[in-house]
Amino acid sequence: MSGPVDDNAVPSGNSSVAIPTDISGQILDLDEDDDLEVFSKDTTLTEGSSFNASMQTSPASMINQYKFEEEEEDADTKDIFVTVDNPESLVTAIETYVTYRVMTKTTRSEFDESEFEVRRRYQDFLWLKGRLEEAHPTLIVHPLPEKFVMKGMVERFNEDFIETRRKALHRFLNKIAEHPIFSSTEDFKIFLTAGELTSHKKQGPGFLSRMGETVKAVAATVRGVRNRPEEFTDMQEYVEAFSQKISSLDKVTQRIVREQKEYLEELKECGPMYALWSQSEEELAEPLTSMASSLDSCCKETEERVKQINDHLIPALHEYVLCTETLKAVLRRRDNIQADFEAKTEALATKKADRDTESKVLSLAWDSLVGRSPEEVKQQKQQKLKAEIKEMRDELDKMEDRLEWANNALKSDWTRWRKVMRTDLRSAFIDTAERNVSYYEKCLAVWESFLHSQRTDAEGNAKDDCS
Amino acid sequence: MADSGSEDIAVIGNTDLTPSESENNLKNTMVEKGTSLLKRMEISVAEAEKRTGKNAVNMQETYTVYLIETRPVDAASEGTNPVPDSLWRRYSEFELLRNYLLVTYPFVVVPPLPEKRAEFVWHKLSADNMDPDFVERRRVGLENFLLRVASHPVLSSDKIFYSFLTEENGWKETVFETGFQAKADSRLKALNATFRVKNPDKRFAEMKHYGDELQSVISQLLRVRAVGENKVSTAEYAAQSIRKSPFSPTKRAADRLYGVYKVHGNYGRVFSEWSAIEKEMGDGLQSAGHHMDAYAASVDDILEEEEHYADQLKEYLFYADALRAVCRKHELTQYELEMAAQDLTSKKQQREELATGTVRTFSLKGMTSKLFGQETPEQREAKLKMLETQIEEGEELVKERNEECDEFVKSAWVDIERFKEQKDHDLREALISYAIMQISMCKKGIQVWNNAKECFSKM
Repeated sequence: MSGPVDDNAVPSGNSSVAIPTDISGQILDLDEDDDLEVFSKDTTLTEGSSFNASMQTSPASMINQYKFEEEEEDADTKDIFVTVDNPESLVTAIETYVTYRVMTKTTRSEFDESEFEVRRRYQDFLWLKGRLEEAHPTLIVHPLPEKFVMKGMVERFNEDFIETRRKALHRFLNKIAEHPIFSSTEDFKIFLTAGELTSHKKQGPGFLSRMGETVKAVAATVRGVRNRPEEFTDMQEYVEAFSQKISSLDKVTQRIVREQKEYLEELKECGPMYALWSQSEEELAEPLTSMASSLDSCCKETEERVKQINDHLIPALHEYVLCTETLKAVLRRRDNIQADFEAKTEALATKKADRDTESKVLSLAWDSLVGRSPEEVKQQKQQKLKAEIKEMRDELDKMEDRLEWANNALKSDWTRWRKVMRTDLRSAFIDTAERNVSYYEKCLAVWESFLHSQRTDAEGNAKDDCS
Repeated sequence: MADSGSEDIAVIGNTDLTPSESENNLKNTMVEKGTSLLKRMEISVAEAEKRTGKNAVNMQETYTVYLIETRPVDAASEGTNPVPDSLWRRYSEFELLRNYLLVTYPFVVVPPLPEKRAEFVWHKLSADNMDPDFVERRRVGLENFLLRVASHPVLSSDKIFYSFLTEENGWKETVFETGFQAKADSRLKALNATFRVKNPDKRFAEMKHYGDELQSVISQLLRVRAVGENKVSTAEYAAQSIRKSPFSPTKRAADRLYGVYKVHGNYGRVFSEWSAIEKEMGDGLQSAGHHMDAYAASVDDILEEEEHYADQLKEYLFYADALRAVCRKHELTQYELEMAAQDLTSKKQQREELATGTVRTFSLKGMTSKLFGQETPEQREAKLKMLETQIEEGEELVKERNEECDEFVKSAWVDIERFKEQKDHDLREALISYAIMQISMCKKGIQVWNNAKECFSKM
């Protein structure tokens, strides 16, 4: 993430810019700037683009400069730190729920202060996610922990469940904070700073538009996309395959944990048996006691090992299982945008065809009845069609921009996501490997010390025998 | 495979096997090389083979025979290395030998045979007596038995044992000719009867108790219903919640450990498949997958060694039974002595009564004589004479039995002391070899996961 950006910064020339916090302001400004490169597909230029709250259309120029910074994810350049902690149950007359403390420390200028502390509940996180997805349908939002735990009736207020969720929420916010676009959205800022969210929740595209989105999505799935660019088909195939693999890894890891736990149960019984045995023995009492305590130590280490897989590797894998759902949704939404565009293109073509045929038809009969001259009628109709066509073409241009924007956004974010995924999973596996090494090293030390004590004893005894 | 150089792990002392430990691991026994038969002869159970034949009731049966090889020691050391003498024996013949030894040397803690049926069913072994793994382990057990007998100060000089090793034909007949069978039957009857000893040697009572406990604890560890008497000796064992399930922790733990390792093999498969769809991550994933496969495979060796350890414990499980048998035999001899002494006392009492005419204690004789009159002096004389003879014989018997008892106690206690030492040594060695196995397992684990870590870093 680059440093703080001035609100009125104007992108210059071809250089990549720092993504401003609020795009809307920028777009209006840019309209007046003639220095900008205007990117356009066909020669029918639109006369500036208007900003529509429900349709994110950036000027064509934005597309060019819409480039993600090279990830300077060093700690040095990180200028915002977010933590989620301190869960508390809140009891009201209507319900009981858990809130989490969200703390922010930042040096960004768009924040009024440098530190913030608010309390948020799970619903609030859902709200934030929804807002981000709405505003950027083809960007990839990191998944939230699930609403309910399906397997086993886990209490919502169970300590472990809350802790697992808290960690996941913390990761979620951090992923948002690390995202070049998301972290500079107003919604994110509001989430981190506003005292209470209810008033904000009422604004903006509400439930209905989200419904509309879903309905459109379903319709689009039925309608289908005709000329999907190959790279998006490749993406889809990758997502399918990746989804299977990550699911498998998740399952395998869960199975390993299960087996480990059962192993631990059995191992726990061995130590006490040797301890019991040692009570019947004289010479063997010491080695048997030693053996018992060695087994007990190994038990503890095994317990620790299981806990660590549970606390680290499993959540990491699980999040990427959830990610695949997000990816599929993003690809679907992109397809919808394209399907819409294709539909509109078709409609325009039909309209144009109408116009052409219309000019050739002389429907004199009816019109003479109405008392208008054929020429007059023809003129009227032509005018009407022309106006309609123009309107449609304007729409179409906007949609084309939108599609272009969506595609580029997705492409960039896809690359970004792949990188982040690679980093995350690599470090999760490295972490696991390190913990396993540490586990074996600890057990090794236990047995080596046992062996050493037995051998020195044996030597001691041998000396006694000889003397 | 480009392994990362194994980091220097802090080693306390040398964890390699010492020469004596290696020997132990190979022979599974403390062989006193200096004693009797083993001084002169090398003994091994080299092979096992399947045979079919008609049995006693003329039915076709399949059984396994074991090849016993013997070779004079000096011949081998001279370097000429002649072909060893060999003969085939089946398990039932080993049993016969052991039963003979049990009866003939009741004061000896006789080494046990490997189990008759596969009572330990590890997940990969079947309960089949024909299963190659079971046969192999039995072969090792039989060899161990022979070596133990051959190194025993008393047993090793037995002629029947010698001919077991050297004379293939007619050995069975020779054994039966000793007439041990009859002794065996009477002994067995006596041992199974319940009797109470008035003055048992305290040491033997303690030993028997110890035998009970040892048997109980090892069978808990190994999941075996105690061979012979299934007694719970102490209240502690009764309270043990360990017995809540019929399966022993040691075996179940091994099963679970097997599961843990094997599931990691799935990582190998999935990593490999995953690497196919990744560009930069592909190589790292692929090679990490191979290490996961190696990790999964390594458990087979571990389990083999665990079985070896279990076998060592098992031997002492059966030894505990032999120990208890000796204690019971002591009780029997003591009891017989006490019976003889009791009998003598009552006879002496009768004589006194007859001689003095006084009836000390109430007796039917006394009553009838009172009622029907005294016997004639001739009758009394005859009776006295008879009693005298009986008393003489009785005294002889008591003297005999006393000597027997003393002899038994003396020689039995010598053997028990010998057994104690052997047991302490062997079990300690077993624990050490268990630790060595664990160490090896940990080292392998460290290596595999370090390698995997390196591969992950390349992802």
